[in-house]
Amino acid sequence: MRLLKFLIVGILFGIVMTKSEAVSWFRIQEMFRFQSFHMYGIIGVAVVAGVIMHYLIKSGQLKNLNGDVIQFADKPKTYTASIIGGTCFGLGWAMTGACPGPLYTLVGHGYWIILVVIASALLGAVVYGALRSKLPH
Amino acid sequence: MLEFISQPWHWSISGLMIALVMFLLIYFGQRFGVSSSFRAICAVGGAGKFIDYFKYDWKSHDWLFLFVIGAVIGGYLGISVFGSPDPVQLSAATVQDLGALDIQVPQTKAEGLGFIPHDIMNFQNLGTLSGFILMVVGGFFIGFGTRYAGGCTSGHAITGLSNLQLPSLVAVIGFFIGGLLTTFVLLPLILSL
Repeated sequence: MRLLKFLIVGILFGIVMTKSEAVSWFRIQEMFRFQSFHMYGIIGVAVVAGVIMHYLIKSGQLKNLNGDVIQFADKPKTYTASIIGGTCFGLGWAMTGACPGPLYTLVGHGYWIILVVIASALLGAVVYGALRSKLPH
Repeated sequence: MLEFISQPWHWSISGLMIALVMFLLIYFGQRFGVSSSFRAICAVGGAGKFIDYFKYDWKSHDWLFLFVIGAVIGGYLGISVFGSPDPVQLSAATVQDLGALDIQVPQTKAEGLGFIPHDIMNFQNLGTLSGFILMVVGGFFIGFGTRYAGGCTSGHAITGLSNLQLPSLVAVIGFFIGGLLTTFVLLPLILSL
């Protein structure tokens, strides 16, 4: 039961990724070409709703399901890693037309070729792990 | 009801639903960040024997595996039960730009759902230089870049920005530097190889 709820949220996420068309290589091209508001609308609404949600949780001292007050960890202030890593991810995002969430969702659509992209992403994560101490953060 | 859900969703509904997913994960004591799964999968695969980065308590991320499996199942349901009647409806300008690169946008469901470009993303094309770069090098950049930056669209663009994190804003700027570079400079070059 502890884990089942995450399976259900994951299913919801997969449906949302599909119905939002955020899984579409073509939608990502359209976004980077600034030719439609669609993807900006999705991310924009999610962020605005998220800002309100974070504010309400913090100001209301809301507790999570385990009864603990919800606390948010700050992202590490490693700006060099953010900009270089972010640029690398952007290069790959526009090539494959998918960020990590959609990659998993596309497997559910039966596009087995995406397994090659996921395997390559895992290799990329391994190489980052191996080089981590040598890379500027 | 089924018919209502099965139509393509307006972006505002999609955005609210993503925020709901983020809220549920936070309420359940976790956080919304899909690219962490790459680290966890590598750790389960034994990468921690060789590389310290993967030597961590991945069992505390067991929920993430369930979330990812759910995303696969949700993808299946998203087209089999809730599938849209038509392929993705792109702007005419994008259809034209991609046409100039010899990439056809599906107009009917028989041609495809408009999720992946079948002309370039297929197993035969893996053997060509352009196909290899777009799928394998592209995938490599996703894994390397998201772990280097410490997050992807979910962790930085949505969770990070909505928690007003400056490193996330810097990462999102990076996403666009890379994405624009691929779209306007690299993609035409790669496709001409």
